[in-house]
Amino acid sequence: MNRELFHNTKTLAGLIWRRDRIQIPIWIISIVAFSIAIALAFPALYPPGPERQVVVQTMQNPALISMVGPIFGVDNYHMGAIMAHQMLLFTAVVVAIMNITLTIRHTRRDEESGRIEVIRSLPVGRLSNAASVLLVLSLTNLALGLIMALGLGVLGLEGMDWAGSFLYGAVLAVTGIFFAAATLFFAQLTETSRAAMGFSYGFLGAAYLLRAVGDIGTEALSYISPLGLVLRAQVYVRNFWWPVLIVLAAAGVIAVLALRLNTVRDLEAGFVAAKPGRRNASRLLQSPFGLALRLEKTTIIGWAVAMLVLGMSYGSVFADVEDFVQTTELYQQILPSVAGFSANDLFLAMLLSVMSMVGAIPSLLVMLKLRAEERANRTEHLLARAVSRPQLLASFLVISLVIAVVMQLLGILGVWLGASSVLENPFPLSETIWAGLAYVPPMWIMVGLGAFLTAFAPKWTRLVWLYLGYILFTDYFGGLLQLPEWMGKLTPWGHIPEVPLETIGFGTVLGSLLVAVVLIGLGFYGYRHRDIYG
Amino acid sequence: MAILRVNEVTKKFGSFTALDRINLEVKQGEVYGFIGPNGAGKTTTIRILLGILKATSGSAQLFGKDAWSDAVEIHKRLAYVPGEVNLWPNLTGGEVIDFFVKLRGANNVNRREELIERFDLDPTKKCGTYSKGNRQKVALIAAFAADADLYILDEPTSGLDPLMELVFQECVREVKAAGKSVFLSSHILSEVEKLCDRVSIIRQGRIIETGSLQELRHLTRTQVRVETAQPIPNLGETLGVHDLEEFDGGATFQVDGEHLGEVIKYISGFGILALESTPPTLEDLFIHHYREAR
Repeated sequence: MNRELFHNTKTLAGLIWRRDRIQIPIWIISIVAFSIAIALAFPALYPPGPERQVVVQTMQNPALISMVGPIFGVDNYHMGAIMAHQMLLFTAVVVAIMNITLTIRHTRRDEESGRIEVIRSLPVGRLSNAASVLLVLSLTNLALGLIMALGLGVLGLEGMDWAGSFLYGAVLAVTGIFFAAATLFFAQLTETSRAAMGFSYGFLGAAYLLRAVGDIGTEALSYISPLGLVLRAQVYVRNFWWPVLIVLAAAGVIAVLALRLNTVRDLEAGFVAAKPGRRNASRLLQSPFGLALRLEKTTIIGWAVAMLVLGMSYGSVFADVEDFVQTTELYQQILPSVAGFSANDLFLAMLLSVMSMVGAIPSLLVMLKLRAEERANRTEHLLARAVSRPQLLASFLVISLVIAVVMQLLGILGVWLGASSVLENPFPLSETIWAGLAYVPPMWIMVGLGAFLTAFAPKWTRLVWLYLGYILFTDYFGGLLQLPEWMGKLTPWGHIPEVPLETIGFGTVLGSLLVAVVLIGLGFYGYRHRDIYG
Repeated sequence: MAILRVNEVTKKFGSFTALDRINLEVKQGEVYGFIGPNGAGKTTTIRILLGILKATSGSAQLFGKDAWSDAVEIHKRLAYVPGEVNLWPNLTGGEVIDFFVKLRGANNVNRREELIERFDLDPTKKCGTYSKGNRQKVALIAAFAADADLYILDEPTSGLDPLMELVFQECVREVKAAGKSVFLSSHILSEVEKLCDRVSIIRQGRIIETGSLQELRHLTRTQVRVETAQPIPNLGETLGVHDLEEFDGGATFQVDGEHLGEVIKYISGFGILALESTPPTLEDLFIHHYREAR
């Protein structure tokens, strides 16, 4: 390749480092510190002895495996095997998110805002920016992997030897590099950072889902997913290096492809061509409500499809759930005898709850769009015309509340369709829907929280995402880490019983709705009385 | 009748005082210029007028109603063009114009098409592909297509080419002829001079000058070039004379407006052969005030 294309790459890498010198270390330190803290908690949670072997058998259930990945080293479930089983996938996903965020920030987002144009007017090569992003992120991921390896290795816990620790770090590093390359690729295809972000997270979600289905049923699917593949390294158990090398090679191929696309396209252009639009506004686009709907149209449709697909993929796993239970004797003994319900019911309850948490994301995206519009200085177009503050807030709020229900229904429908296609005696649809709707009130509380923050702390609306992260975290780790019960009770979901295993009381529904209503009411009051910032 | 009245408005952001007891009054049928350097408080003032920001103290009234609490009623009769026009990148210009016009309720299709033609805009393109000038055109077309009583324009021509500036000036004259009022914040002083009846100058959050252009000109200096039969003694020491440059048989200098009469009387005693005086431009006035601030 032409050296001209990469002129001044190192200088640009310096600029990226200068801009992110706080952000990158924070990412690395928090990921490593969190992993070490969890690793240190394991010996107390899983004391050695026959009891531990019983626990590992109960963990061989499809609901858990679909979430955290397969267990390797069932026979000797030592600290290393526990760490790789319970933490590696989760950490790899966080590392992927870090890489997606940072890559978009320095590619499409910079291009969109015209900063790349300024850079390109200087003596730098056409590929220098993309190459510098890859360079900085590769180094970041390697540093993360190395620090992680040293951090885990030095703990000297049972089964966590140095060879395994270095592999653990390497798995995270290559996963990061892979997603940086993939994001760089998507950033070439689309014209906006928003779309590039959508593609990248969609890709991450698909990789996770493919692995979930593969881990329970057809294992070949797990080998196609980068996340599924890296888990096959069997860290701390058999320590295979070949998955790391394959993923690294794949990352290389994708990176070259992305750079190739970058050289042939125009600045600020994508490969999805823009076609001439409407000359006049449609019948829909006649009110703030219509505008909100129009702006979020793609998001809503995309998420609707995603919810249906997610539900169907998970639903199709039910057949394997039964097989699984039949082959795992211990599991068979424990669950039905204790509670009197089947593994299928347990799995369904988990799915319905998780669907509602995922469905809260598009719902919140719409609610927080109002603040995003304000930040982009576009609400003033509306407020300077005959649109009142309550009307504007209501437009986004109503759509957001409705979407919560729609997303949950689609998720339920997906689960039901998937389950019906594989089960001989599928669940009745109406009962499944009623059970799933029990999880709508917590979604509305999240929307209410979004409205409340938009009104009273507009600079901090993103805290909702942090809270949702906490919710997913306690749900994911609640059982694994044996977190205290109050941590789960701090979330709106913590108060909803596991429908359909348990029945939900009228009081619980009313209480949840009341919280949502109060938050929304305060939102209206506050939004009416504050300054609008550009 | 006052369409717009701002009375002792103060706006604080934390401990920073963005506006300090400002007063403004725009009468019906008047084009009012609002000028000042960057960061003087022009946009903050306009946002208070629009009820987007709440004044810390004082009152802002449009059409006799309170800018904050009656915002929607007021906005039914008002059209606004922001200085920095941010539009939705995935909507077309045509869609945005329709949407803006529709929010007010009126729908004058002929007027819209006529303005699109006059401003030479392609309404089928996505706003994300528009240049700054084209985004400004979208906002201007939406504003002038509306049948408003008051037009609030915040540096509306900063991205337009000279030809489009002329179209803009025509539009302002048309709405003025129709008896509407215009509140025009601008940096382009020649434009303000051409269009405005009265002007306020704002500096560091305070209104430092208000009046018609004629009135304001009296406050500043006139450039004078004179040739006389005899040399003029002591001209440099005469009250109100500045920047004196003498040459063989004459001199050029500046005179304060208030002393112009006395100075002319004095030099006329030396046999004036030629006299040129240039009235001060708004630019001189502006720079004069701006320099004082530093």
